[in-house]
Amino acid sequence: MAEITTLREAVAALVHDGDTVAMEGFTHLIPFAAGHEVIRQGRRELTVVRMTPDVIYDQLIGAGCVKKLIFSWGGNPGVGSLHRLRDAVEHDWPAPLEIQEHGHGDLSNAYVAGAAKLPFAVLRAYAGSDLPKYNDKIKFIQCPFTGETLAAVPAINPDVTIIHAQKADRKGNVLLWGILGVQKEAVLAAKQAIVTVEEIVDDLQTWPNACILPSWTLAAVCCVPGGAFPSYAHGYYERDNRFYQAWDSISRERDSFQRWIKAHILTTETFSEFRRVLSESSPAGVQTGARQ
Amino acid sequence: MNAPTYNTNEIMTIAAARLLKNGAVCFVGIGLPSTAANLARLTHAPDIVLIYESGPIGAKPPVLPLSIGDGNLAETADTVVSTPEIFRYWLQGGRVDVGFLGAAQIDRFANINTTVIGDYKKPATRLPGAGGAPEIASCACEVVLVLKQSARAFVKQLDFVTSVGHLDGGDARKRLKLPGKGPVAVVTDLCLMEPDPVSKELTVTQLHPGITREQVSKATGWEVRFADEVRETPVPTSIELETLRDLDRRSKLAHGNLAVA
Repeated sequence: MAEITTLREAVAALVHDGDTVAMEGFTHLIPFAAGHEVIRQGRRELTVVRMTPDVIYDQLIGAGCVKKLIFSWGGNPGVGSLHRLRDAVEHDWPAPLEIQEHGHGDLSNAYVAGAAKLPFAVLRAYAGSDLPKYNDKIKFIQCPFTGETLAAVPAINPDVTIIHAQKADRKGNVLLWGILGVQKEAVLAAKQAIVTVEEIVDDLQTWPNACILPSWTLAAVCCVPGGAFPSYAHGYYERDNRFYQAWDSISRERDSFQRWIKAHILTTETFSEFRRVLSESSPAGVQTGARQ
Repeated sequence: MNAPTYNTNEIMTIAAARLLKNGAVCFVGIGLPSTAANLARLTHAPDIVLIYESGPIGAKPPVLPLSIGDGNLAETADTVVSTPEIFRYWLQGGRVDVGFLGAAQIDRFANINTTVIGDYKKPATRLPGAGGAPEIASCACEVVLVLKQSARAFVKQLDFVTSVGHLDGGDARKRLKLPGKGPVAVVTDLCLMEPDPVSKELTVTQLHPGITREQVSKATGWEVRFADEVRETPVPTSIELETLRDLDRRSKLAHGNLAVA
């Protein structure tokens, strides 16, 4: 059974230095509050897995939490580059970053294998691509039945998976809907999972076939309203595109990035305090990086 | 032309949209491909099925999505499935007619680089990476590429082959037993290129109005070939232009004046 607890306690108890951590959410339901809490608690040497590293991992990488990144697309969606990711890869700042890169079909299959506790995933891909030359985790095997050559990649089994969802009930059963990404697979592939939710309700009032993660598959459930901001939670709030745009200038230079992280994350106690500081530092809630 | 009634971005998007047949199942990349695919849906191809890698199948977004997983894709889709399912059952399962992609760099055989400029270990520029493109380029029945043409983007030698086009040409795809036919067209702001039926080298088959062969050659990093008969791209119709501009206007308004592509 999941423990219903605070995000601070969940991260303190379940995320350790050196862990392999997956924070998933495909544009939708990105667990930003949890990412901030990992930065706030100063975790180091993490191997982080995510299909689309996005702004959440740009923050973790720039803040020095990450040793290795396993991913398939690393950009700021709709805006451009992730400057902290690029600075780490191109200039080893704040530390060298080991990368292991895949394609989306591959990485999503690797989570499926992880959830099924199979050693590897198999897919029809990578013939002729340079990716297998630079990622020795991508291998080719022969189908024992047809002889066809297929790609194989090892299963992903994170120490901890963290996701954000819309609702939990008081027992800690979690419901999510809309764009589901790979969250269910990432949770079931992990040794332990933390879910932040918009609200905790008496009854999920759901339907058969809904995407439910039963309480007994989770370690902790934390109520963090708005916890996916600046991404969105279907049925609750929309994506704050202006924040993603603003992140481009906040993160472009090391100084402005560090000032922003210090003012908004390291010196705030909770996600709601972060939201308050962010809204006070700029009427639009963004573009606060250079002025702190 | 002295007073063009459309710009080069517009004719690129419109020329790309025209390649999509009504009813086709189209796996759409974000940015230019998404703009062109939605233009096709709003003009000649109302029954086109748009699939986005985040999971929506049959998306009919009222405004262009800024990201590959915007809420309006899920709200307007026939169904939303998980990301593994999109790649396993729908793309790898052979249900996608056209993969519609952008690229940072391509070569003469329409191989795609979206990974690095320079050396992989010490890149001059680190690009976002593969996304779903390697699997789309392998498995979609056909691939259409849309990107702006320049000598920096159309290069003699790719620094990294992220997703395969026609490899080193000829029957290379067949030899590697790739399921799809690979790129059938590359649409740019200057022209349309199609692979030669035998060598598979990209060949200019259509020039946009007012564009010269010299302009195309200058914007291509290899000695680009022209087909024996090079057609002129028909000028955009007023319906195409008005629909595209209206879509663009509505999208900017919805996204707080942020540009979509």
